[in-house]
Amino acid sequence: MRMPVFRRKKHWLAALTGVLLSSILLAACGENSPSILNVAGPVAESESSLFWLILYLALAIFILVEGVLIYSIFKYRERPGTPNPYQNHGNMLLELVWTVIPTVVLFVILFFTIRGLLQVAPEAEPAASASQPKIEVTAVGHQWYWEFYYPKYNVTTADTLEVPVGTTVHVKLFSNNVIHSFWVPSLTGKTDVVPGHDNTKWFVAQKTGLFTGICAEYCGTQHANMRFNVNVVDNSSFMTWISGQQQAAAAPTDALAQKGEALFKNQCASCHGIVGVNVTQFYNTAQECTDLPGGKANGTPQCLIGPNLTHFGSRSLIAGGVLDNNTKDNNCDPNNPNLMQSCNLAKWLKDPQAVKPGNDMAIGALSNAEIQQLIAYLEGLK
Amino acid sequence: MATSTIGERATTIDVRRKRFSETYIGEWITTTDHKQLGLMYLITGFFFFVVGGMEALLIRTQLALPNGKVLDPDTYNQIFTMHGTTMIFLFVIPVLSGFGNYIVPLMIGARDMAYPRMNAFGFWLLLFGGIFMQSSFLFGQAPNGGWFMYAPLSELAAGHAFQATPHMNADFWLLGTTLLGISSITGSLNFVVTVFKLRAPGMSINRMPLFTWMILVMSFLLLFALPSLTVASVLLLLDRHMGAHFYQYGSGGDPLLWQHLFWSFGHPEVYILILPAFGIVSEILPVFSRKPIFGYTFIAWSGVAIGFLSFTVWAHHMFAVGLPSIAQAFFATSTTLIAIPTAVKIFNWLATIWGGKIRFNAPMLFALGFIAMFLIGGLNGAALAVVPFDYQITDSYFVVAHIHYVLFGGTALAVFAGIYYWFPKFTGKLMDDRLAKWHFWVTFIGLNLTFFPMHLMGILGMPRRVYTYPANLGWNDLNAMASVGAFIIGVGVILFMINIIKSLKAGQAAGDDPWDAYTLEWDTTSPPKKYNFLEIPVVRSRRPFYDKKYPDIADWKNVIKH
Repeated sequence: MRMPVFRRKKHWLAALTGVLLSSILLAACGENSPSILNVAGPVAESESSLFWLILYLALAIFILVEGVLIYSIFKYRERPGTPNPYQNHGNMLLELVWTVIPTVVLFVILFFTIRGLLQVAPEAEPAASASQPKIEVTAVGHQWYWEFYYPKYNVTTADTLEVPVGTTVHVKLFSNNVIHSFWVPSLTGKTDVVPGHDNTKWFVAQKTGLFTGICAEYCGTQHANMRFNVNVVDNSSFMTWISGQQQAAAAPTDALAQKGEALFKNQCASCHGIVGVNVTQFYNTAQECTDLPGGKANGTPQCLIGPNLTHFGSRSLIAGGVLDNNTKDNNCDPNNPNLMQSCNLAKWLKDPQAVKPGNDMAIGALSNAEIQQLIAYLEGLK
Repeated sequence: MATSTIGERATTIDVRRKRFSETYIGEWITTTDHKQLGLMYLITGFFFFVVGGMEALLIRTQLALPNGKVLDPDTYNQIFTMHGTTMIFLFVIPVLSGFGNYIVPLMIGARDMAYPRMNAFGFWLLLFGGIFMQSSFLFGQAPNGGWFMYAPLSELAAGHAFQATPHMNADFWLLGTTLLGISSITGSLNFVVTVFKLRAPGMSINRMPLFTWMILVMSFLLLFALPSLTVASVLLLLDRHMGAHFYQYGSGGDPLLWQHLFWSFGHPEVYILILPAFGIVSEILPVFSRKPIFGYTFIAWSGVAIGFLSFTVWAHHMFAVGLPSIAQAFFATSTTLIAIPTAVKIFNWLATIWGGKIRFNAPMLFALGFIAMFLIGGLNGAALAVVPFDYQITDSYFVVAHIHYVLFGGTALAVFAGIYYWFPKFTGKLMDDRLAKWHFWVTFIGLNLTFFPMHLMGILGMPRRVYTYPANLGWNDLNAMASVGAFIIGVGVILFMINIIKSLKAGQAAGDDPWDAYTLEWDTTSPPKKYNFLEIPVVRSRRPFYDKKYPDIADWKNVIKH
């Protein structure tokens, strides 16, 4: 039976392989993507180096098997006059060969798997030393934003995890609601944030810069919009940042911001805390807000449900990572006539449910003037 | 006196109205015939395939462009949950049971399943269970917790969470899967007893066709795996409605309990979905290569090995939950082990077509496509077992690529192969081979265009189950490509439906044995009569019908033990 359409299969496979290889190359150098191949630290390095091992082995097997398949398809197609083939029921030697060979290959992979596993496991976390200092952070998964608490410095922030370069970051993972998963593709693979389980992980960033973090476990309506940034800075900038964050919020000086502060107290303070305004200090959510006996309820000063806003103006993302805090180029200058269009915070305050449908932010309708006041106040909280 | 009584009786019979079970519709509704039930399973499964397919197209429409506005997040979450649930519980399992119901008794030379009434019960439970689940859309409360329904998101309330699952969404899923579970249990029991007790004389266990072998293994997997799901669901229902706390850590429960229970069902489940597909392919390849299956014993026993091992690998779905390293190493090892029998199968299939005389009719094309695509699903599956790499790609689109290469490139292609192969037996008519080849190539291109880019999305950091994504993360082109591919697959499905309708109306007469096949289902009329065989055939080798047609070169004359 002639099958002209079959001839084309070769071209398709060639095209497919082309797409495969070129897109992997693209992936490797994709600048904007949080690609697992843009590694910036040893943990991600260990994890992604296995990718290349697997890829080469898989490609070899792929070419071998598909090659035999396509060869047989062409070589053994029925042609006029083909005699009936030999009725071959099997061959014990061949069976042994192709049982043993994949077993060996798979166990080689298994060796690298377990070696890699031990390299990135919590037990492999380097001890603090002069050349390799360590900081500790608690990452709290909320529905739907990330909160970060630095126990040593008693500092809470949200949406952006600030870490010093070349330092081991020990992350405690805490959730008192549903399961989330902490993932920074360039720095470290995922570890789930499971209520009741004190998971920890660690990573080291060896490059400064901004890296995208993602919640990778389905956690409800706005799972898609639960991103964060990891901002890797040099040591002295980090210490400067920390000492800035430790301060209570500065009282606003200009009239617009003062109105904003009053508005905050009136409209926002039941869900958001600002140290020095409606709360007296930062709290450790992972200790205060558990579901265990003694845990405080939502809405108490320790467990306000929205992110703490004390140094809001210093953050790179807002609203659980949906929007950039685009303060550059006077976008969010309260006197900018285009404020409502150019400033992301304005969009958020105008209609949070349009930006992130289903989120918990329930704010009364604000006039443009009120939004302007709030922006003046919040963006001033550096 | 006596004669007149008999005469009166005869008249009564002549004029009495037809019983309901004798009308056309009544016959289908009351039937306990394995062939009719098999067809009803297949049609129901295909109906839900179309439903699940439309859900898939909605998903791909929403994700075609960044910041998609076609669906709101809540609807999207319901749709993706129901897509997975529908395809797994309402398409694949019913369709495979349908093949099993129709084909297995014929293959082993039986007149029906062992428990015909229970067989009917299982079907109706499936149908109404499926309708019950889909009816949740009418309330706007379709399940929305993902097809593995993780607690505590699926709880009524979870600790400090504001948004767990306060409405009925999860209840539909939990009750629905429990109903479907009962249906599957009855079906599996029936298969096991049928295969063990009703084989034709001479058909020893090691002469059973491989499709029957795989249905048998699948049935054991269902019998041992489903209780775990049922228990998990009932515990969650107790949590939700009776104030229990099985999955709530604040009261001494544990969310991970759900994951362990679910995946100790869920991983055998994956093999439940693929083993019968292996069986279908193992029937088609030899017939269209004009050779016996290569390494029968190895294919059969590797299926059994997969069955046992599938109960030891569940936590490889949970590498990221923070299990101790030693446990992760254990599950990495067991996952490595399960890859070996799977590889052995692929090599045996290749050896079956090697040196054959290959006819490229539609069933063969789909079966070859199955090998080509399932291989990719096997290789990217092996990548997922590399634990440290898994930390990066689990719960990303890479996993979505993997499951679809296995379940669409694998199972769905094998299902189509099976339909093209057995349609002449079901109806006595051939399907249009030319249209079928169009269906194949359109599907083949569509599926690669849809699912291949998903590997790259995963590598580029796109998590699964997101209802939208921003434009600046480099995922746009790949998503657009996948969405185009999904609609191409949709065109393929339409071609398939046209082919079915056309062939039913005006298909060429097939005769009893259009493919010159080897197994007993072809050694009877097409479609078979109620009683299947006039005389139960006697079996002397693994290819009884081949022996009958070619007595001079019959298998049983060549004593080969493999």
